[in-house]
Amino acid sequence: MAMLEFENVDVFYGKVQALRGLSLRVDEGEIVALLGNNGAGKTTTLSTASALMNPHAGSVTFDGVDISKAKPWEMVAAGLIHVPEGRRIFSTLSVHENLLLGGYLVKDRAKIAERMKHVYELLPLLQERRAQQGGTLSGGEQQMLAIGRALIAGPKMLMLDEPSMGLAPLIVAQVMRVISDIREQGTTVLLVEQNARAALRVTDRAYVIEEGATTLEGKAADMIADPRIIDAYLGA
Amino acid sequence: MDQATQVIWDGIFVGSFYALIALGYSMVYGIIKLLNFAHGDIYMVGAFIGYTILTSLGGNFQTMGLFALIVVMMISMLLTGTVGLVVEKLAYRPLRGAPRLAVLITAVGASFALEYGVAAIASPNPRGFPVRLDGDFVLVLGARVTIPQVILILIAGVLMFALDTYIRRTSTGRAMRAISLDMKGSLLMGVNVNSVISRTFFIGSALAGAAGVMAGAYYGKIDFLMGFIIGLKAFTAAVIGGIGNIRGAMLGGLVLGLVESVGSQLVGGQWRDAFAFAVLILFLTLRPTGILGERVTERV
Repeated sequence: MAMLEFENVDVFYGKVQALRGLSLRVDEGEIVALLGNNGAGKTTTLSTASALMNPHAGSVTFDGVDISKAKPWEMVAAGLIHVPEGRRIFSTLSVHENLLLGGYLVKDRAKIAERMKHVYELLPLLQERRAQQGGTLSGGEQQMLAIGRALIAGPKMLMLDEPSMGLAPLIVAQVMRVISDIREQGTTVLLVEQNARAALRVTDRAYVIEEGATTLEGKAADMIADPRIIDAYLGA
Repeated sequence: MDQATQVIWDGIFVGSFYALIALGYSMVYGIIKLLNFAHGDIYMVGAFIGYTILTSLGGNFQTMGLFALIVVMMISMLLTGTVGLVVEKLAYRPLRGAPRLAVLITAVGASFALEYGVAAIASPNPRGFPVRLDGDFVLVLGARVTIPQVILILIAGVLMFALDTYIRRTSTGRAMRAISLDMKGSLLMGVNVNSVISRTFFIGSALAGAAGVMAGAYYGKIDFLMGFIIGLKAFTAAVIGGIGNIRGAMLGGLVLGLVESVGSQLVGGQWRDAFAFAVLILFLTLRPTGILGERVTERV
């Protein structure tokens, strides 16, 4: 069953068209990568799914519900959590407070406590730093915090925008491992990456976006061997 | 020595008024980066709401005393908070995302609308406040301290403590701090930004309303322009403390009260406002982030 589905979606920033008839689907339990160059429309796709932007034309559905006029907080309530580009950690709030904000819409305190425990188990370094200001963490730690914060919301589906950006290769591998773990536990994942090699290693399927539309789609295992992908995104 | 303690006490007393009003300035600036120049007029509206409630109840309030005044003050806070919420919805929300200058000019317009709206409804003549808080004084370390002064400072202190706790401890308070750091990031946490901003205006305006009723009861006279100068003073206090910073606003109010009090003692009361605004200019040039201004440590 499709968890998230885009059909012929157009999105504009003012007069500039960012998505041109983009279509894609992510099924329940899948982990899908979205590859493409700068400005291709990857971040816009995620922003449209999380209702930071609303489409001009076409249909977007999440869990079978039309979300083309939704508000961002409605998407969070529906269980679609977006970990944005640049992580957007609240810099002067403590690590613990950042995590609590992830559970802003969760009214059940017991649930928050349980998820908090789970996140601290999955990402023990956050526990060590729980009283520290978010802005003082290193890039990799901030990325872990952003992911942990998203988990507190109890996502049905997680969208991650360039989680490897600016991180050392060893840290990238750690982040990718955490993402695989999350998927193992049953959460659907849509992963936007410029680091195509790292992304294709952990995903089932992938789309390539060019100029606001998906141009290629296939199994990650096939994509990694596809000469067009190798040329364009994996380097020689 | 006696004179010195008197000057300090007067400074603290006036400063606690400034602090209450500065809080609303600072909260609103912190959350949507708007200098809400209508905020001083919200204080004036609060005084008029308190006045209206008291006169419509009739009777002799001198005998009802403090308890009645506190009840009236709480009702006035609710109503003044609602006025602030309506101003935000009508004047500022449609301009969310507009250039900041446009919103700033709108705030000046909202200020005039409130001032002359009240003048039109309640007539431009000053009104005598039906309740006066002018009790006996006691000598504390040589300073003349009146009981109403002590009570008003206590009320202001309780309100500020409650606000500080609300912002630090509750989920909404956390959302307010998050929005002031990153509005888009807060949206992705599921924060309904509009409703949190409304709440911020409500709380800030309610505090100004409380100050308005307190000022009416203490000074005994209210008029439709009473918010203008005190709005500028509260703005100064917010800048001194570090605009956007809640504790800074409280501290800035006290500092400004003391500076004015000491300054007018040294060179005469007619220089009172000159002292206040000289301090504003000094801070804007030498330390624009204020005493407790945000020190963000960030690594990328």
